[in-house]
Amino acid sequence: MLWAVVGIPAAVGLTVLAPPLRRARPALLLLGALAHAVVVASVCLRPPAYESEAWIALDAPGRLFLAVTSLLFLVAATYAVGYLRTEQGRTTRDAEEGFLFRNEPEGVFAGCLLLFLAAMSLVCVSQHLGLLWVAVEATTLVSAPLISYHRHHRSLEATWKYLLICSVGIALALLGVFFLAAAGRGQTHGLTLHSLLASARGMDAAWLKAAFILLLVGYGTKMGLAPMHTWLPDAHSEAPSLVSALLSGALLNCALLALLRGHSVLAAAGLGGFSGQLLVVLGLLSMGAAAVFMIRQGDYKRLLAYSSIEHMGVVALGVGLGGLAVPGAMLHAVNHSIIKGLLFLAAGNLLATYHTKTIRNVRGVLRNTPVTGALWLAGFLAITGSPPFGLFQSELTILKGAMDGGHWAASVLYLLALGVVFVAMARLVLPMAFGEPASLAAGETTPRPREPAWAILPPLGLAMLALALGLFVPQSLWDVLSQAAAAIGAH
Amino acid sequence: MDVLSDMLVMLLVLTNLRLLSSSRIGACIHTVAIQGVLLGAIALAVSPATLSIKLVALTLATVAVKAVLLPWLLRRAVRGAGVSREVEPIVGFTASTIVGALLLGLCFLISRPLQASAPAGIGKTLIPGAMFTTLSGLFLIVSRRKALTQVLGYLTMENGVYVFGASLAVREPLLVELGILLDVFVGVFVMGIVIYQINREFDHIDTDRLSVLKD
Amino acid sequence: MTTIVSILHVILALAMSPLLIGVINRVKAGFAGRQGQPLFQPYFDLAKLLRKGAVYSRTTTWIFRAAPVVGLAGAMVAVVLVPLGGLPGLLAFPGDLVVLAYVLGTTRFMTVLAALDTGSAFEGMGASREVQFSLLAEPVLLLSLAALGVCTRSLALSDIYAGLFAGGAGGVAATAAMVAAALLLVLLAENARIPVDDPNTHLELTMIHEVMVLDHGGVDLACIQYGAGVKLWVFSALLVGAAAPCRTGVAFADLALGVGGVFAVAVVVGVVESCMARLRLVRVPQMLVVGGVLAIAALLWALR
Repeated sequence: MLWAVVGIPAAVGLTVLAPPLRRARPALLLLGALAHAVVVASVCLRPPAYESEAWIALDAPGRLFLAVTSLLFLVAATYAVGYLRTEQGRTTRDAEEGFLFRNEPEGVFAGCLLLFLAAMSLVCVSQHLGLLWVAVEATTLVSAPLISYHRHHRSLEATWKYLLICSVGIALALLGVFFLAAAGRGQTHGLTLHSLLASARGMDAAWLKAAFILLLVGYGTKMGLAPMHTWLPDAHSEAPSLVSALLSGALLNCALLALLRGHSVLAAAGLGGFSGQLLVVLGLLSMGAAAVFMIRQGDYKRLLAYSSIEHMGVVALGVGLGGLAVPGAMLHAVNHSIIKGLLFLAAGNLLATYHTKTIRNVRGVLRNTPVTGALWLAGFLAITGSPPFGLFQSELTILKGAMDGGHWAASVLYLLALGVVFVAMARLVLPMAFGEPASLAAGETTPRPREPAWAILPPLGLAMLALALGLFVPQSLWDVLSQAAAAIGAH
Repeated sequence: MDVLSDMLVMLLVLTNLRLLSSSRIGACIHTVAIQGVLLGAIALAVSPATLSIKLVALTLATVAVKAVLLPWLLRRAVRGAGVSREVEPIVGFTASTIVGALLLGLCFLISRPLQASAPAGIGKTLIPGAMFTTLSGLFLIVSRRKALTQVLGYLTMENGVYVFGASLAVREPLLVELGILLDVFVGVFVMGIVIYQINREFDHIDTDRLSVLKD
Repeated sequence: MTTIVSILHVILALAMSPLLIGVINRVKAGFAGRQGQPLFQPYFDLAKLLRKGAVYSRTTTWIFRAAPVVGLAGAMVAVVLVPLGGLPGLLAFPGDLVVLAYVLGTTRFMTVLAALDTGSAFEGMGASREVQFSLLAEPVLLLSLAALGVCTRSLALSDIYAGLFAGGAGGVAATAAMVAAALLLVLLAENARIPVDDPNTHLELTMIHEVMVLDHGGVDLACIQYGAGVKLWVFSALLVGAAAPCRTGVAFADLALGVGGVFAVAVVVGVVESCMARLRLVRVPQMLVVGGVLAIAALLWALR
């Protein structure tokens, strides 16, 4: 049953890659996403028995991230169908520099999207750290063509940086995996999570610490933790918006999950304090770096990308602090995925309407395109952790966890960074939403741009979900969150 | 057997020094191919007791990919891009060689505490040798301008990691080993495609001139 | 017994070192498809030079006349110090490897002074290059010997070489191999052989060593050429000891093996000279740095 989670999107993806299916591609993409969502829902609601030595199994963290990935992909696929219809098969003029370019073949794009889903699902269900590594590297490789969908020099630059930096990072993570395997003081043990956790007590501390540092650098690169984040703003700003949504909402979580596996092994070996401290430091560093870069940001997609770095920092901080902050961090990761998906899809709509990514040139969104404007505004409030939305609760939980644990310095820095980010984003986003539309100011009467349903309904759904999670977190979700926290080794 | 693996690690270290000191991309590709053969030899030399059909088959697959297939791909890319030399690297070749010596010293130094509790039966030079291979790959990536040389650096890094895996006698299931190999292969393949597109779009493959995107 | 054989080694080295040059020339000739000069041509050249007088420029001083003699004396001292494979040198004491390096350094110093003494621009240029390259070559030599010293835990050249492969090739094979490679580079650089310098060049601008001795003639030149042969023997002996893992323990057999090895080195040098072009001058330091890195790697290997 679990293999289907990987197999279905992989099979459909390979079918889509085959050339003769021109017309059926959007349908197949949607079908693959739906089938995946159905299977994921069924395995999440009635999980198969957990076999401890199996390579593929579903534990609580895996279930959580698998569900989020599947949901987000379904939404993105819905968006993609309409997006591909408008973008495909014609030469496009570049919004920033005015040259003409062609897009990648649709088949490659749709196929890689589905393969991307397959790779991410594999990340969520692998219990074998070697297999996990293979899956994480596979996500990099199949998502590279997605980033260079628009074939021009900026997207190529972003793709190259993404490919090289992430591949190099992940290579270090593989070294970390091998270190874990070698840490057994001559006792050989498998690389399945279960056997690692079982034999962690007897492992050598020097090897374990070295392993975690390598894993942190490796998977941290992929997760966008500062100072290894440099690929992230470029890739997120140049990729099509729905791809950015997936990168930010799903891929970063996958890297996080891979890192959490390493953290759990260290926690089981009694070194949770060491790995936690490293996570706290990198988390705070990421938040700080993101806040600094957001203050004078001129490009709204890069702004969102830096916001992703910030939130990954929050999650790392929460996991590192331990205690109540760990379930809080899990909830935060879920909320962030949903809201960032919403924001990137809304940004895609803005780009389609205004043909620019420069914040200065986007004004009066609420008046021009009311629904997108409202979504954009709601997304801004949600992502900065304003009360009615889910992030408020998760950020508060992390804060409570930090205070309970007596981490005062971390709490202060955390609040400071959140405050700076709020002000920075408000200063940039509010004029976009409320300002005078440039065309109206010039006295022209342009017809109000259309907002097609495919472009509005997917982000709207995500917004509803974010709001719902803010108002009410069901007990079953809390259970999964606390199980996940226990699996990670909250101490 | 210990002498054999010791000599093989020495040759591995020498290939890295050659990579660091050579300006011709063709020669570097050749060196990486030699490294691929050395990897296979090391994998077989460190675990003579458990010489199974699976191990031999896996080693052959590794050598086939790393010493034949990937160099062939890279040579094609070199011809396609019409670039045969790394002109003016960010760190010069003599300086790179000296950095190589420093890195080697560093590797011997930091592998001391790990050596103390390393699995029994691996030689004293395997861990620093593998670490040095990884680090020199990393250094190649940051100190060279041409995208192709950076791919070579990435491959060198992977080779170093592979030596670790082989020398620490990690009993990986076959599927995972093949998966890792496949990932490396596809990785280089995709990088090759991107290099081809970069060359077509920019008429050069100098990655330091890819600098439009920044804050 | 060993002492007698060591004395025999010194005598053989002094007698046969011009032959090394002859062997190199014959190998090169063979590669080029020529018959080449007779093997003993260097001896004939020396005999011819010894019969000639010398003309001294009025700008030169006693330094110019002393340098060839000092150079030859230095080379002879070096040959007394150097062991040949497992066979100890005639003179051996802890720290003699430093003495060896300094004796060779003194001869170079005198050659350079003599070249500067002529006041010629070309010779000054050659002197500058010689100093620049030996600045890089000398640390390589010392580092290589240090690596071997760490391997055998001794500071006397003879003990180092005698003990090097005494316990089998096991622990020291990699170190010795890298040292041998580094010493080969040093040998090529210090003896003005091809990738660094061309002993047969006729263009002053490209010369290094030859340009410094342009003004010498007659007996002085004979001293210099003979000294160069002896120096080549010294470096070959050092190289053979690291590269050939044969220790019989019987002094005569060691001597025979060592002398054979030295001539093998001459053949290798001839092959290298035939296969390689001379490096551009700016590339020579790079080659020597590679040698240095090899020596450092060998040292690290020994220290592990």
